[in-house]
Amino acid sequence: MEKSRPFNANMLLMHGALVVYMIIALFPVFVIVINSFKKRKSIFREPLALPDADSFSLIGYETVIKQGDFPLYFQNSMIVTVTSLFFILLFGAMAAYALSEYRFPGNKWMGLYLALGIMIPIRIGTVAILELMVSTGLVNTLTALILVYTAQGLPLAVFILSEFMHQISADLKNAARVDGLSEYKIFFRIVLPLVRPALATVAVFNMIPIWNDLWFPLILAPGEETKTLTLGSQIFIGQYVTNWNAVLAALSLAILPALFLYAIFSRQLIRGLTSGAVK
Amino acid sequence: MTALSLTGVHKSFGSVEVLRDINIDVEEGELVVFVGPSGCGKSTLLRIIAGLEDATEGDVNIAGQTVNHVPPSKRGIAMVFQSYALYPHLNVRGNMTLALKQQKQSKQEISARVAEASRMLDLHDYLDRYPSELSGGQRQRVAIGRAIVRQPKLFLFDEPLSNLDAALRVNTRIEIANLHKQLSTSMVYVTHDQTEAMTLADKIVVLRDGRVEQTGSPMELYNNPQNQFVAGFLGSPSMNFLPASLLDQSDPRTLGLRPEDITIEANGPFTAVVQHVEHLGGDTNLITRIGQHQTTVRLFGQHDIKDSQEVNLGFLKDKAYYFDNDGRRVS
Repeated sequence: MEKSRPFNANMLLMHGALVVYMIIALFPVFVIVINSFKKRKSIFREPLALPDADSFSLIGYETVIKQGDFPLYFQNSMIVTVTSLFFILLFGAMAAYALSEYRFPGNKWMGLYLALGIMIPIRIGTVAILELMVSTGLVNTLTALILVYTAQGLPLAVFILSEFMHQISADLKNAARVDGLSEYKIFFRIVLPLVRPALATVAVFNMIPIWNDLWFPLILAPGEETKTLTLGSQIFIGQYVTNWNAVLAALSLAILPALFLYAIFSRQLIRGLTSGAVK
Repeated sequence: MTALSLTGVHKSFGSVEVLRDINIDVEEGELVVFVGPSGCGKSTLLRIIAGLEDATEGDVNIAGQTVNHVPPSKRGIAMVFQSYALYPHLNVRGNMTLALKQQKQSKQEISARVAEASRMLDLHDYLDRYPSELSGGQRQRVAIGRAIVRQPKLFLFDEPLSNLDAALRVNTRIEIANLHKQLSTSMVYVTHDQTEAMTLADKIVVLRDGRVEQTGSPMELYNNPQNQFVAGFLGSPSMNFLPASLLDQSDPRTLGLRPEDITIEANGPFTAVVQHVEHLGGDTNLITRIGQHQTTVRLFGQHDIKDSQEVNLGFLKDKAYYFDNDGRRVS
């Protein structure tokens, strides 16, 4: 028992630190959610107080639902995020597989070139992207956003996924070749299921910035039909007056789908599937 | 009919030549073992037969058909990998049926073949388990089962036992031998372990540095090795090599003596100092030194011999092998 005590103290310290970090990280979210259920005056008077019978109000949510077309914004955000993630994962995994599995001239340079995008923010090219979208007639379409986000997410996806794919044993792929699977089938039926945790990681990394992005929706798709949730919420923020109830309510609602997507991906993160594949 | 014939197979990776002019025939129903130290090219050769690697030169012929440009799945082969290479996300049944589904076999045919393979390998209880839930030996059996259900013309085994512990290795070796008798399909088996080669093979191909050193039945190779390498590689404990000048000053050759052909004789020609004694119960191995030369002596039965004891050693004259300076057998 004596010996196990330092270990416990360590665990306590570790968990203590994690709990503190969690509180710091969750605090703003907590404040947003509680204040979204309060009257405007109570928000300013006691921002940290929980809503009580006196201060409770759904005025924010009512405003959000009445004003603007929030279900549509939701839908737009959802479409853009999910479609972009799908393409990032698909193309990222395909590129990563080609880079890790096949030997061809310039393989290394290609990998470096693809990874370069991690270091160069895509926003630097905003003007060029806008010109491109104007000339292709894609301004004010969700396609424009999906294309940009896919491009933005690919470098990191290729980088992370090719590392993971390197770890899949060559025997496994050769066994599949002997079993008569085509290279595409090997990719979809053997390799992809095995890098699921990595796919989930990439998805989570990319999802939040896309969901929260204000920049590209504002520039490429500001039309009423194509507004995303983040952009839609901006109507409540004025230069002089801001409808805080509505802003907080909109933000609280915006957390939910992100939370839902995260829950899906994080289950995959935890699963260690590779165990038992090869000795 | 020849199940497999390799003609003039060369393989180089860049400027490195790993296989040189390999010519091997595997007859119908034969179990041929490729044996050699690591890096001798035996696994590469197996991969060339499987079609996972292309030969730089030469022809691979399986069951009378040249398959140089035929993909692995169309060669009529099945391969068992050293690492088992089971699909971790599929259960045992899924692992065994993937190839059959790929071939668009009927459901009845698939379940019949799986039933047959699992009967042979005793896998009934594991069909719904995942590879991570199986022990090493069970995984190995699944890997063999996955090969059996394809009903190949030729089985390829790539060091299938090297990941198993010693006891399991012996059992699985016997299982593979039994399997070969039941299926009577040709098999090519790669190993670096000479015991596996000796116990399993109908025919052994000894490889070194990408070249075939000698081909023949286990006893042929054991009794009549063509060179010093083959003589030293097969047999355990391995053959002792001594300069023949110990016996005759003018003799430049190397004398090869198997440990079991050396005896303790009061007036034997060698005087040796015992360095270590291995009591195995059935046998007693003496590790001795004749001058500078370590020599292993295998005595049958139990002997009471102590370390640093001095003994005189003799040998059976007709069991002595002589090699010239290039390692070639001369008599």
